[in-house]
Amino acid sequence: MATEQTERREWTRPTAFYNHYVKWTVYLVITVFLLWSAWNMRISLDRMLQGWDAAVELLVGMFPPEFTPFKTDLLIEGMVESLAMSVIATIVGVIISIPIAFMAAENIAPRPIYWLGRGIITVSRAFHELIVAIILVKAVGIGPLAGVLALSYKTIGFFAKLLAEEIEDIDTGQMEATEATGANSIQTLLFGVVPQVMPRIVGLTIYRWDINIRHSTIVGIVGAGGIGATLLNAFDQYDYDFFMTIILAIIAVVMIGELVSTYVRGRIQ
Amino acid sequence: MLSVTDLQKTYPSGDEALKGVSIDVTGSETVAMIGPSGAGKSTFIRCVNRLTEPSGGSVELDGVEVTALSSDDLREARRDMGMIFQEYNLVERLTVMENVLSGRLGYVSTWQAFRRNFPPEDVERAYEVLDRVGLADHENNRADELSGGQRQRVGIARAILQRPKILLVDEPTSSLDPETSKAVMDLLTEIAAEDDIPVLINIHEVDLAQEYAERIVGLRDGELVFEGTPDDLDETAKGQIYRGEEIPDVTTGAQQSATTDGDATEGATEEGEIRRG
Amino acid sequence: MTDYRTWERRTPRQRLVRFTLGLLTIVVAVVAWTLLDVNYSYLTSSPEEFMDLFNRMYPPNMTYSGEILSPLIETVHIAVLGTALAIVLSVPVALLGAANTTPNRASFLLGKFIISASRSVNVIIWALVFVIIFGSGALAGVLAIGLRSIGFCSKLIAEAIEEIDPGQVEAVKATGANSLESAIYAIMPQIKPAIVGVSTYRWDINVRSSTIIGFVGAGGIGVELNTAINTFQWQNVLTILIAILALVVFSEVVSAYLRRKVR
Ligand SMILES: Nc1ncnc2c1ncn2[C@@H]1O[C@H](COP(=O)(O)OP(=O)(O)OP(=O)(O)O)[C@@H](O)[C@H]1O
Ligand SMILES: [Mg+2]
Repeated sequence: MATEQTERREWTRPTAFYNHYVKWTVYLVITVFLLWSAWNMRISLDRMLQGWDAAVELLVGMFPPEFTPFKTDLLIEGMVESLAMSVIATIVGVIISIPIAFMAAENIAPRPIYWLGRGIITVSRAFHELIVAIILVKAVGIGPLAGVLALSYKTIGFFAKLLAEEIEDIDTGQMEATEATGANSIQTLLFGVVPQVMPRIVGLTIYRWDINIRHSTIVGIVGAGGIGATLLNAFDQYDYDFFMTIILAIIAVVMIGELVSTYVRGRIQ
Repeated sequence: MLSVTDLQKTYPSGDEALKGVSIDVTGSETVAMIGPSGAGKSTFIRCVNRLTEPSGGSVELDGVEVTALSSDDLREARRDMGMIFQEYNLVERLTVMENVLSGRLGYVSTWQAFRRNFPPEDVERAYEVLDRVGLADHENNRADELSGGQRQRVGIARAILQRPKILLVDEPTSSLDPETSKAVMDLLTEIAAEDDIPVLINIHEVDLAQEYAERIVGLRDGELVFEGTPDDLDETAKGQIYRGEEIPDVTTGAQQSATTDGDATEGATEEGEIRRG
Repeated sequence: MTDYRTWERRTPRQRLVRFTLGLLTIVVAVVAWTLLDVNYSYLTSSPEEFMDLFNRMYPPNMTYSGEILSPLIETVHIAVLGTALAIVLSVPVALLGAANTTPNRASFLLGKFIISASRSVNVIIWALVFVIIFGSGALAGVLAIGLRSIGFCSKLIAEAIEEIDPGQVEAVKATGANSLESAIYAIMPQIKPAIVGVSTYRWDINVRSSTIIGFVGAGGIGVELNTAINTFQWQNVLTILIAILALVVFSEVVSAYLRRKVR
């Protein structure tokens, strides 16, 4: 294999973009955008140093966590309210979701109803739970009711969507067999569809409860009840020790919720 | 020249995959290693470049004791050993050219590697080698767009680009159809002859081994039980390798170790020493 | 939830378990409801209140839409920078948290710990913490979004790393490449689709989160929304909601497009 040293071939890696100019332009645009974003953050050395001090102070203040009887009562009260909110919101949300899920299942719902079901799900998913909560607080007043409504509302989009997908995956043979016995459409649903998705309903309910516990701990930040309100109070009063205690408590509750939920869902399968 | 002495491997699971195997591969000969499934062929090849760490014995390549090297030096030693895999082991999402050029990774800096900035002579050579293996104009295809035979050719090209002192080949054809297998074997032996390097090749198909190899070694249960020319490999020898049948007398030539019972290891080792002497 | 499904024949034991679970659910529900101590008059008047609120919102204030452009852009900035920060930090964390690349048991646990710590704190709480540290503004938002996303991104990237084909890595190592080179040539190509997929997906989620962290002063359109609500400028509120909706739909489309683009 004698090599002609004079005419060496070159190779450049083919690009996913149209050509290398496009590629570099895209990279340039991304870099400029990131720099522009970073510029807008007004990051200065000064601010970083101050931030460092504040962070150290916060961490030092964390220990030991605050457990005066008064604060402990506040903590427990808020946490219990959060948990209660999550329970009610899950139940209400799931009960409303089930019919909507059937409406939004392509294989059993007639066209117009299907679109209506999908529409409800989309609307429910559109806004973040805190946006829903902050508006509901204005509609029904400060307190857990707003939180329960917000979480129930968000549950619909999640639960009905996943359950509808589950229903779309069912074995239609069982459904047709039920239909063939002369059952009406409600009976067909009850005997041909519900038994197939029942385990999933239970599983999804527990899963959503887990999520609702997480959310119930934060909606209080906009006044919708639960431990979040206690947290915001501590924050507003510069009571950072208690603030950190609450955060640790929230983490503990969320982790326990996740463990329990994972365990129970594992058992159901 | 590759010289392996008393190579042993016991896996953490307790499997004794190699129980002291000694082989020399010299000049530009093609040595085929045959043996039933689980005999330890792959383990042997992988122990030579220490992809699998041997538990005992030594491997020497051109005077360098590979088994004694630190990990930095091992990397340098690996540049001299081109390896070709049964499942090709190409980086599926990279182009053919990148796969071939990765044979030069041991020679370029990490930064160059990151930028795909290989020396011009490497790139030129990669083109030539791709030509040689019949994949001209495929350099910009992604590896996962190629057929099995084409992938194995890329695997060969990658190994060749290393300018290795030996090719270690682990069942190059068992994922290929018979026609493609022959083509790949032709290519391997031709290239080895052209570049004047030895080839150690693991192979399942005995007829392919007999057709292409100049020397055949037989492995059974981690022990060397046969060594000879393709013509030496008769039915008795095959029975011995594949079914563990005993041979009452040495009939197939002086180079054969003949037993599989208790003192087989000893016999094989003696034979090995005689051979090297 | 399970008590009214008695149409199926079950053993008495199963029936007892189901009955107990059903009863338990009801008791928990009743206790929870009592604990909430909801004022029923609020509940009954809520539909009215809601219609009233909507009437005050409609029609949206179009002249206001110019003013929210810059906070909307800030929202996107926060989402992009936060996601970029998360991805940059996620790759090393994922390497620690993946069983096949982590150096030892301690580093593995460290990786797992970072992942679960990041995930168990909601973004709004992260935002509060960073507002305390760096004062209000978009910087707190970026850090909140970034730290909250590390867990999610690292977890998925670690899963991708655990699924790579070790043969490809071995083959590159066998040519004499060093560990960094084999990572670049054999690991990166294999996890690249996961990284791109995860980052675009997470960016989409982060756009949504960036719309709310302003409630606690961490920048973005949420600041505007909070002010409009607290000052009862309901027509502005609707304008902002529509803008948020448009932004969310936009990010979802972009993210879906990008994920399709990368094979
Ligand atoms: N990673 C490993 N861990 C434990 N045992 C192993 C491992 N790899 C191989 N072995 C064992 O070592 C022995 C030899 O295996 P090896 O793969 O070398 O055989 P082989 O001759 O290449 O077989 P084949 O023809 O099927 O490829 C077998 O008993 C196998 O079970
Ligand atoms: Mg093998």
